[in-house]
Amino acid sequence: MSAEGRRYVVARVHELPPGARKLVTIERREIGVFNVGGEFFALRNRCPHQGASLCAGRLVPVVQSRAPGDHKMGDQTLLQCPWHGWEFDIRDGQSWCDPGRLRVRSYDVEVERGDEVGDSERIVDGLVMGPYRADSYPVAVEDGDVVVRLG
Amino acid sequence: MRIDCDVHGRPPTMAELMPHLDPYWAAYAEEAGIGAPAGIVAVYPPGAATTGDPEGGASLEALREHLDRQQAAHAVLNCVYGLEGLRNLDFASAVASAVNEWLMAEWLDRDPRLRAGIVVKAEDAAGAAAEIERRRGDERFLQVLLPARSERPYGDRSYLPLLEAASEAGLPVAIHFGGFTGNPPTPIGWPSYYIEEYVGMAHAFEAQLTSLVASGAFEQLPDLRVVFVESGFAWLPSAMWRLDKEWRGLWREIPWVKRLPSETIRERVSVTLQPIDPPPQRERLAQVIEQIDCERMLLFSSDFPHAHDRSFEQAFEGILDPGLERAIAADNARALYRL
Repeated sequence: MSAEGRRYVVARVHELPPGARKLVTIERREIGVFNVGGEFFALRNRCPHQGASLCAGRLVPVVQSRAPGDHKMGDQTLLQCPWHGWEFDIRDGQSWCDPGRLRVRSYDVEVERGDEVGDSERIVDGLVMGPYRADSYPVAVEDGDVVVRLG
Repeated sequence: MRIDCDVHGRPPTMAELMPHLDPYWAAYAEEAGIGAPAGIVAVYPPGAATTGDPEGGASLEALREHLDRQQAAHAVLNCVYGLEGLRNLDFASAVASAVNEWLMAEWLDRDPRLRAGIVVKAEDAAGAAAEIERRRGDERFLQVLLPARSERPYGDRSYLPLLEAASEAGLPVAIHFGGFTGNPPTPIGWPSYYIEEYVGMAHAFEAQLTSLVASGAFEQLPDLRVVFVESGFAWLPSAMWRLDKEWRGLWREIPWVKRLPSETIRERVSVTLQPIDPPPQRERLAQVIEQIDCERMLLFSSDFPHAHDRSFEQAFEGILDPGLERAIAADNARALYRL
């Protein structure tokens, strides 16, 4: 759990039950926050291929195969871009096909205690305008709040 | 010295095959009055400009002179015999075997430069595998010959025993222009004119390539090599681009395909030169070669005696670096066929 960075509360935990997702804008970046089986993840809402709204895509399990005709569903969850079906690991934005070339920026998510959050840091309707541009951001769930960290 | 990866001798008549045919099937052919399969004439109409020789192939003398002129160290005889149209699988495989015996007696034994593709009845995969096994010891048979138009795409698992036998024997599978299965020769039905069938053959090759990639045959058989013969090659870059593009989004359906299709194709597929199908301007041809982006892929072929508008020298003069020219002229074939 990182204490570094500018801290943004993006939701209360109960607003994001397992299977739910929420799109927020923080410092001009659209970020999708996902609850996958109780774990929180955040990915930038921009497919590195052609800029589609990646976070509108389907969450699908990874498929593994040892030979033609052989299929196995794996544990990893992938986010499938709605435009061309390219798949990105929900945990770190790593693309599944052609992994050498594509990576979506991912952000850390934490749960924090609600009383630690000041009103000025809350995001209303997922929209916060900020003057900063930073390369990486942590996100957390802290005591009932889903928190994204930037910077 | 060049290696000519596609030449054609005159195909045998049924009478010429009789001495090489199993007695039961020889009697069968005689009783039924079976002549040569219709597919032979359908692919190369005797009077068509593309056919070159009205006999459908060269005489041994003409072929020898051609090899002298070309200074060819070896030439690969591809005897396209139209077996795909025969419905009696056992008969068709027996004829395939007789054609191979005839090839040995009339061609391979008579000129040490000649090599040949093993003629098989692809739809009888077990019979084809047995025929591959039968020829395996004779290094003059250096590939397995299949028609571009088959009853089903070659990635269909019914063909797997054939692909397995070829790759186990270390023999590339050569997919050659032609094929007269009874399926319409275009994907949209029966055409009206010969040019539609002739030009449309590229679609058959592209469909075979897509099928082989999607089936996972290249993953399942690490030694499988495929040669497209008389396919043209200008269509290949766009076929590879499209396969790569769609594979990224559709791979979940074929998760056994773990690499970019174009990488597999560049590693495992070869293509013979004639017909040279890019436009006549040299810079356009150079662009296609650049887009194919694979030094090992192209194999010199003359397609003798079939007629084409440009020879290798005419088409490629001044556009290939010497290393690539040597690779196409002979080195690629030497590596592929272990010559």
